[in-house]
Order: sequence, then C-alpha cells, then structure tokens
Amino acid sequence: METNEYLEVFIDESKEHIQSLNDHLLELEKNPSDLTMVNEIFRSAHTLKGMSATMGYQDLADLTHKMENVLDAVRNQQLMVTTAILDVVFEAVDQLEEMVLDIASGGEGRKDVVRLVEQLNAIERGEALSEDGSNTAAPISESDQQSPSNLASTLDEFEMTVLRESNDQGYQNLELHITLREDCLLKAARVFMVFEILEQSGEVIKSAPTVQDLEEEKFEQSFTVLLVTKEKAEEIEKKVMKVSEIESVKVQKFSIEQRPSQSDTSADTTKATEEKGATAIAEAPVKQEKDTAKKAPVSNKTIRVNIDRLDALMNLFEELVIDRGRLEQIADSLKHIELQETVERMTRISGDLQNIILNMRMVPIDQVFNRFPRMVRQLAKDLGKQINLEIEGAETELDRTVIDEIGDPLVHLIRNALDHGIELPDVREQKGKPREGSLKLNAYHSGNHVFIEISDDGAGINREKVINKAVSNGVITNDQAENLTEKQVYQLIMESGFSTADKISDVSGRGVGLDVVKNTIESLGGNITIDSAFEKGSVFSIQLPLTLSIISVMLVEIKEEKYAVPLSSIIETAVIKKSNIMSAHNKKVIDFRGKVVPLIDLQDVFEVPGEKLDDEYCSVVIIRKGEKMAGLIVDTFIGQQEVVLKSLGNYLTDVFAISGATILGDGQVALIIDSNSLIV
Amino acid sequence: MPQDNKQDIKAIIFQLNDEEFAISVQQVSGIERMQHITRVPQTASFVKGVINLRGVVTPIIDLRKRFGLDAAEFTDSTRMIIVYMDEMEVGLIVDAAYDVIDIPEEAVEPAPEVVGAVDVDYIEGVAKLEDRLLILLNLNNVLTDEEVRALKTVEG
Repeated sequence: METNEYLEVFIDESKEHIQSLNDHLLELEKNPSDLTMVNEIFRSAHTLKGMSATMGYQDLADLTHKMENVLDAVRNQQLMVTTAILDVVFEAVDQLEEMVLDIASGGEGRKDVVRLVEQLNAIERGEALSEDGSNTAAPISESDQQSPSNLASTLDEFEMTVLRESNDQGYQNLELHITLREDCLLKAARVFMVFEILEQSGEVIKSAPTVQDLEEEKFEQSFTVLLVTKEKAEEIEKKVMKVSEIESVKVQKFSIEQRPSQSDTSADTTKATEEKGATAIAEAPVKQEKDTAKKAPVSNKTIRVNIDRLDALMNLFEELVIDRGRLEQIADSLKHIELQETVERMTRISGDLQNIILNMRMVPIDQVFNRFPRMVRQLAKDLGKQINLEIEGAETELDRTVIDEIGDPLVHLIRNALDHGIELPDVREQKGKPREGSLKLNAYHSGNHVFIEISDDGAGINREKVINKAVSNGVITNDQAENLTEKQVYQLIMESGFSTADKISDVSGRGVGLDVVKNTIESLGGNITIDSAFEKGSVFSIQLPLTLSIISVMLVEIKEEKYAVPLSSIIETAVIKKSNIMSAHNKKVIDFRGKVVPLIDLQDVFEVPGEKLDDEYCSVVIIRKGEKMAGLIVDTFIGQQEVVLKSLGNYLTDVFAISGATILGDGQVALIIDSNSLIV
Repeated sequence: MPQDNKQDIKAIIFQLNDEEFAISVQQVSGIERMQHITRVPQTASFVKGVINLRGVVTPIIDLRKRFGLDAAEFTDSTRMIIVYMDEMEVGLIVDAAYDVIDIPEEAVEPAPEVVGAVDVDYIEGVAKLEDRLLILLNLNNVLTDEEVRALKTVEG
C-alpha cells in the first residue's frame, strides 16, 4: 500500500502519543490510584497500535499491543501499579520511541523486543494467577468469541468503558457497516482510506475483522467499524462514500445493550452502569446536535504545518524585506511624495507581516522541557538519588531554530546538576537538608530575550576545588586565582577540558564538558552565567535571543566596503579627536567615560585595501563583550537597519571575526561582524 | 540525450587560459554573469568573496588563483559557474563558459602522471574529443581543503 504521504502525519502523531504516554505514566506513578490517567494512557497506546498496524509496522503494533494488555489489567484493577511494572512499561515506551525514530529516519521500525514482550507477558500472567476468577470481564469476552460477527460481543472492558463514557462527553457511538464494490482492486487501500476519514471524525474503537486482518485483505467484501464521534451519522456516511469503490455504507447508532448475553451474566454493578449508559444514549441525539453546532469550528482552529514550509515562507519574506530596503532607498533618492508614502505604508504592513511570520515560528519551550521529567526519573534511579523536578514557564515561546538547538545543552546541564550538584539522600540528611533534592527549570521572557534557569539545592560549587583544578590544568596561574571573583571562578568550569568530578560516572564524563554547552549557547547569540552558594545549590542561567534570523545592526563603511555590527553588542558610537588617542603597551586606547578602552582598527583587521584616512577625527563604535569593551575604528556610520541574517554557506565555515552576512537594499552582500571574537 | 549510450557524461565546457575544462552538468546549478563580489577578509587567497545569488549568500572561488595561473582582467565573457556538491554551493570564476557536450566514457583517460610540476588531484581525467582536449575536473578536490593544505606544503 502506498502510505508514504501519510508517513509524516503518522510520525508526528506517534511522537505525540509517545509523549503523552510518558507524561501520563509519570502522573500515574505519582497517583497510582488515578484510573483516569490509565484511561488516557490506554487511549494513546490504543491509537498508536491502530496507526502502526494500519501503516504496516508490525513490531510497533505488537509491542503496543502487549503494553496495552498490561495497562488493561491495571485498568481492571487486576494489577496494582508498582514501580517495577512502570519501569517495564517505561522501557516499552522507550523502545516504541526508538522504533518511531527509526521509521522517521527511513527505517522499517523493526526491533528485537522479545525480552521486553516476555516481561510484559510475565506481568500480565503473574497477575491472572493471583486474581483468578474474580474478574467478570475476561470470561465473558472469551465466551462471546463464538459469535465474532457481532461486534458488540467482542468488546473488552476498556472499550466498553469508552463507549459508555462517550455519551457523557457529548460523543455518540456509531456502527458502520461498509461494503466494498466487488471489482475493488486494492481492498486494503480502500480500508486504509476509510479509516483515515473515520479517524478524522472521531475514534475507531473496534473493527470486525480486526485491523490486522483488514490490512492483510483477510476479508470478503464488507467490514464493520465501531466509531465514537461528535459528527452526525449522515455526515460520516457522506464522507465515507466519497472514497471510490465503496458499494454501500450503513450507519446506525450503536448501543451496548445489543450485547446479547451480557445483562444476565454480568455483575449487578456493571448492569447498573450500562443502564445508565443506555439512557444517556437515548438522550444523546438532541444534546449532540447542539454541541456539534457550537463546538465544531473550535476544534479545527489549528493546522499542522511542515517546518520546511515555514522556512520557505521565511526565506521569501526575507527577500521581501531586502526589496523593501531597496525601495526605501529609491524613494528617498527620488523624493517622490506618493512613492514615499506608498513605501512607508508597505514598510508598516510588512513589519506587521514580519511579526506574524515570526510568531508563527514560535514554539512553546515545553517541546524541549517535556522530555525532562522522564529523563530525571531515570537518572535519579540510576544515581540512587531522590529528586523532585519542578518546571515553570513551559509555555514560554521561542523561535523554532532556537528550540532545535537548545535541547542538548539543557540535557547536559540537567545531567550535570543531578550528577554533581544534588547529593545522595543520606548525605543530604546529614547536612540537614530534606532527603529529596529539588531541581527547578524556569523559563521566561524579558525584553528581546528568553531566560532559562536551571537551579538545584545541591552541594553548590566548591571554589577551592575549582581553583585547584584550574591551576593544575594550567587554565590559570596561582596569582590570578587569588584575585578572581566568585562569578569568574564559576565561569572557569566552562573552560574546555574542565571537569570537577573526581571520578567519571556513567552520567557525566562522556568526553563532553560544559565548554560545549557554553559554545552552543554562544553560537546562538546567547550567554550563560553561573551563580552558586556552597552547600546551598547552584543556578545556571541562560540568556537567548528570541529569534535568530532577523537582527538589528549598525551599518558602517570602511573604504568601499560595508560591514554590519549587531546592535546588541554596541554600547554607543562616538567621534573622537585623533589627539585623544593614547598609547598603552603599544596599543591604541582611548579614555571613554573614565574607562580605558582599547581601539581596534577594522581596516587593519580586515585588510581592507585603500589608503588610510588622515582626518582629525575618527569614528568609533564602542562594543562590549560581558564586562570588557573595545572601540572599532571605522570610516563612516551609515545607520541602523534591520537585516536578515544569512550564513556564508557551508564552504566558508570559520571566518575570523565574521559571523555571517546579509543582503543590503542595493542587492550587495555585507558581512556581519562578530564582535565577540574581536575582544579577547 | 541519446538513450542508447548511458555512459555519456554531459558536461559544461569552460575555458581557463587556453585550456578547456569540463564539469558534469549534474554538479552545475547555473552560470552567472559577473556581478559585485563582497570580499571576505582572512580567507584563502583564491576565495574571491561572496555574492548575492537570488537571496543566497554564495562564496566565489577564483579558479585561476586556485590553479595557480596568472590573474587576468575580467571581461564580458567572464562567468561564474555555480556548482553544488556535498551541500556546498560555490561559484567558480572562469574566463568563459560556452558549451554543453556529451563526452563518451571511452574518450576519458586517467590524468597524466605529471601535470606541470605539482601533482594535482583535482583533475579526474582527460578526454580526447576529435581535435579537442578536455580536462575533467574532480570538483571534490577543487573545493575541499585537502588540496589547499597540499598546496601550502608545496609552497613551503
């Protein structure tokens, strides 16, 4: 079957379901008695199973199926939720994720999960022995297997619950009897298309024959599907009929009461709930129509857009911004009032458009944060520590490009905090701290920046230890060590080749240090600072720009060449008298507001051809990097401008003091100066 | 393109000094007239700079410099051949680019052992075509730093 076009959707949705599995499992671990959580988990697992079976990923479907069985047992209270069980389920989710990732990277999603399946089976079996007979659902469904054509009779307990509860939540249950035309060639493909449509409208609970059998064309001309939906029966019927080679679609309301033997054999309690369910069904249609009228538009307010398309849109818009710049220049030079007014209007509109496009690319940082609870749980287990993770500001939005890059550094910092920061429970107790350590992740906006803080209440950074290590590694000398401020000492641990861990553990010591974190963050145009109190804990604070693609710059001219200096690193511009330039250690310096600031002649640095200007005055851009400052000597200031940041391409990857390029209004390329690398 | 002979290499022919060179069309994404080139400081000497190629900043290599030939004035026939490989898009300045031809595989011979004084590995082979002699370029080695480093060691 040709499923390629559905593959992306499948992968996206699978990832979502896996995330939801992880989230809800974590919740469940905190409240083992919360059965609504189990239902959520079950629903995700069930959908995942259905999807993967439809797409032909058998291993994925099988493993999900096994997991579902265990969850079913939990749901039916045949099984108590324990850490041991959850560990296995978590591992299963991990495996599922790996399979999905494999599929995403073009693989088959195959994986050897025999051991895991055995474990899942064991959990399920061990359970069945101990609670022998007390459960009514199992024997019933077994006996009903005799009449497989009747959909209702094959429903398991979970499916029953979904059907029963659907009415309370404004859904209705429909039974669809679909017949394919006799000359239908690709039966499986038609089935797939039908399921696609149905899954858009609601949730497929059950089908006869099973999805697997349908997939393998193990059926004649017709099949039956049980659907929970908010849409009207006629609507569904119309939609399904749009699939070609469909002979007929019969849609009828499905009532659980159709189950023949159920009412006699089941326990009184079940009967009661079912009766309640039945009355609900009777009331449903009236309520239903109102609901659909009101709710339908709301549910469809978002669409999933491929990030490539957004990137393409962004690129086109960048072109527009460049042309806008060109138009502005032309309008200025022509001094044509009407043209100028039109260009102004265009500038305003495109400014708004720019905001919209940028906002479209904004993604909540939750996408990165959401994998941390799971990671922290596992790490805490591995390290024998007790850790409580708190996340704040997960809704804070960041540009997609930043989101993609920030994950790894954060993972590293969290590992670091867990491994080196937070102490073992016994040690914490001795220090008079609660046995459970706390790790906080906090994200928030401030100005044009996003801040992310990772704080722990662990041991903090030992100043002496850091200094000793730095001296022995030759990073600093003994004399320097004495004059360092606390902050400067903490910054040392982000120097390359620095690790304060006495022994290399499984968690850290993978050959990557905090220097990599620092480099990644700086390459994104952000910075990272560390604050710490010994025995109290540490705070790693990351500052990042909201977006990476459009920045404000100051355009300057050196001879014939134009360069752009990012506004974020400029303190101010100044015109100074040549006679005010002093010399210190053979370096030109100026006195700038009482501070001695070294001067850098850009014409020398960039080897710009041409005679040096011999003027009485020279133009200087004062830039800063942290506490340090420097003055860049240029010929002329052109002005401030918003530019689109472009890379120099893969060929020129590492050009000194140049961080990228931009295209100016006249179509020419101007280089963007990386002022960080000019200040040593 | 003749279907019966799949071994043909369709190539763009360009001129440098008095020699004719060939690059497979599959590696060429366009041929551009000369335009303003923004110099990029502190890069290899043969990196002429970058241009704005329809919104994409594209590096330009002066092929004469790259091959150690004498510099020449740009003329009306000077062209930039935009090549694309290994996710790198680079423009090559050549004296002229004028032809697209099919080179039969049997016409291609390995590069002569010695070309000039330096053993240059950016030459893939030589094709004899009636009265013409075409030098087939191995773009990989034209673009990567391997050769640059080799050149540097030769220059001492």
